[in-house]
Amino acid sequence: MNIIVCIKQVPDTTKVKIDPETNTLVREGVESIINPFDIYALEEAIRLKEKIGGNVTVLTMGPPQAAEVLREAIAMGADDVYLLSDKAFAGADTLATSYTLSKGIEKVGQFDLIICGKQTMDGDTAQVGPEIAQKLGIPVVTYVSKIEDIENGQIKLKRMVEDGYEVIETETPLLMTVIKEINEPRVPSLRGIMKAKKIEIPIWDASDIGAEGEKIGLSGSPTQVVRIFAPEVSKEGEILEGEPTEIAEKLILKLKKGKVI
Amino acid sequence: MSIKIDLSKCTGCKLCVKACIYSAIDVVEKKAYINNNCTLCGACVSACKYEAISISKKKKTAFDEGDYEGVWVFAEQKQGKLAGVASELLGEGRRLADELGVKLSAILLGEKINGLGKELIFYGADKVYIVDSPILKDRLDETHADVLVQLIREHKPEIFLAGATSFGRSLIPRVAATLETGLTADCTGLAIDKENKFLLQTRPAFGGNIMATIICPNKRPQMATVRPKVMKRAQRDDTRSGEIIEETILNPISSRVKLLGFIEELSDKVNLEEAEIIVAGGRGLGKADNFKLIHEMASILGAAVGASRAAVDAEWISYAHQVGQTGKTVCPKLYIACGISGAVQHLAGMQTSDYIVAINKDPDAPIFDVANYGIVGDLFEIIPVITTKLKEINGG
Ligand SMILES: Cc1cc2nc3c(=O)[nH]c(=O)nc-3n(C[C@H](O)[C@H](O)[C@H](O)COP(=O)(O)OP(=O)(O)OC[C@H]3O[C@@H](n4cnc5c(N)ncnc54)[C@H](O)[C@@H]3O)c2cc1C
Ligand SMILES: Nc1ncnc2c1ncn2[C@@H]1O[C@H](COP(=O)(O)O)[C@@H](O)[C@H]1O
Repeated sequence: MNIIVCIKQVPDTTKVKIDPETNTLVREGVESIINPFDIYALEEAIRLKEKIGGNVTVLTMGPPQAAEVLREAIAMGADDVYLLSDKAFAGADTLATSYTLSKGIEKVGQFDLIICGKQTMDGDTAQVGPEIAQKLGIPVVTYVSKIEDIENGQIKLKRMVEDGYEVIETETPLLMTVIKEINEPRVPSLRGIMKAKKIEIPIWDASDIGAEGEKIGLSGSPTQVVRIFAPEVSKEGEILEGEPTEIAEKLILKLKKGKVI
Repeated sequence: MSIKIDLSKCTGCKLCVKACIYSAIDVVEKKAYINNNCTLCGACVSACKYEAISISKKKKTAFDEGDYEGVWVFAEQKQGKLAGVASELLGEGRRLADELGVKLSAILLGEKINGLGKELIFYGADKVYIVDSPILKDRLDETHADVLVQLIREHKPEIFLAGATSFGRSLIPRVAATLETGLTADCTGLAIDKENKFLLQTRPAFGGNIMATIICPNKRPQMATVRPKVMKRAQRDDTRSGEIIEETILNPISSRVKLLGFIEELSDKVNLEEAEIIVAGGRGLGKADNFKLIHEMASILGAAVGASRAAVDAEWISYAHQVGQTGKTVCPKLYIACGISGAVQHLAGMQTSDYIVAINKDPDAPIFDVANYGIVGDLFEIIPVITTKLKEINGG
């Protein structure tokens, strides 16, 4: 079973804030981390490999320092990693990102399963997974919470939707995006960490993956950000005071008045 | 195509350095320089007070604007019932269409759904395109995407909106990727740029810490998924009339993905995305058993039950209830947070709710920053009283 996992390095959004006065991002102390959902994707790939054998290849597209997340992937147990990095990839929206990743996946070659996270913490779009699947012409199942069964190219999955879970049957090759419920990621072993330190990370640029210049980075991105600003600061909050009974009465009255209940 | 700094305008003020989350700008001898980390995100361009930074992009227009006209909304349905977001999209779509002076169309796909066509007209559509076919019985991405692509290629709408539901967010990227056009995810605000007739699509990014407005200038249609519950529902008007067009699809594809079954979450009302009211509990509840306080209040209000990650991680309640960055994004009319501190990741999932009530014993808990009504106190004392009062009102 050949499994490809797409992971992204993202700024730790807990620390990304906007300065309401200057309307600029304040990046003080922002570190880069593996996108949290992608760790579940990676864990699931490694578990599958441990169960039925195979190979786990991890791809990321990003600036040179994104190699860090690939080292973490090696430490967790990935077999091969590739960094897709080129100045021409910069400014990619989801369409250009998924094109670039799909070209990288084609270069890796044979695969049965591609696993992505449900969404990233910076882009927050959840679009890259389904768009890669479309580019590669394979089916996609999003929000996977459990792989029930996988045998002879047939795969049975559970996915989470608004009001419950769908039970899905499909075939490989397949792309799936996973949610947190799917597993409990492992802590890298000491041996893994040692291995990750030594490994040389292969870097592929646009020509290595045969990407067309018009379809990558800023030129390949139909969308454009025109403004970035701070979210509306909270409504004027009011603290309700008094004895519990008083508070409860006040609250219910206010909610009734506002036609909320 | 590149980023440029006009050094004659640059004063070395470092505003751009602060704005860049990728550490891609260095200031050397009072002049800013872009390094290899740059992702061309544009944050520095808006940060620079001196207009010294610009990102240039080759203009290429791959479409004839005149060819693309009209606003389309995808009228999501499940087993013959329209999703709540459909009437919200019609409300919003109507506004945009009127502003542009064009028609509003609803797209309805499924099996045995013809009866819903009229509904969509009552909610504001001028035209309804219906494809009624057994291949569209289950909500599967491949078949639906194929049909949508064919319809869009034939009729060429300038704007296409769908709900940012689990179905919309899986299906629509497939459509956009096939059409090689832009798609903005999970928008919470839409407007028209009058001058250029562009759709201005505003959405939260970076876990809700930042809002970004996005355009799609050179490709059509301009596509967006829209967060449920944010837009105002259209008013139903039974006297409206419109045109219902039944389309047939040539050579439909079959789906490689099959739906075997559906497991409803029966334990609690878990459909957080559709709920008007959510009562949520966090670590402050102390133990699993205490969630019954939350369930009680929720059942009286007809509310769904939400939870913070801390409560889910402690296994007091299932993950399906988790609200926040790694859980669900909700936007109810009323969100009551009990014993939840209000970590940014939690806020990311609920701060667009219309009304927020917070019950927490720590007056400095960040949840109070977003709450309309805050109650500082012990939830074990307060919740039972609120529940009893609500019961009294309902009873009398
Ligand atoms: C990558 C990442 C993703 C995450 N995603 C999510 C997410 O999707 N959703 C999410 O919720 N969190 C998420 N978190 C976790 C988040 O950072 C917080 O840890 C979590 O939200 C805290 O949950 P809590 O508010 O219930 O617990 P706490 O922060 O421990 O807060 C408990 C609160 O209860 C109050 N309290 C205690 N006893 C009482 C009482 N008797 N009466 C009244 N008040 C009381 C306390 O004052 C305190 O404010 C994520 C974290 C990371 C790193
Ligand atoms: N630059 C990237 N490199 C590798 N994988 C990515 C990249 N961007 C997105 N992905 C994958 O696509 C998923 C969804 O991303 P997004 O559409 O940005 O929310 C992520 O969880 C990753 O698995």
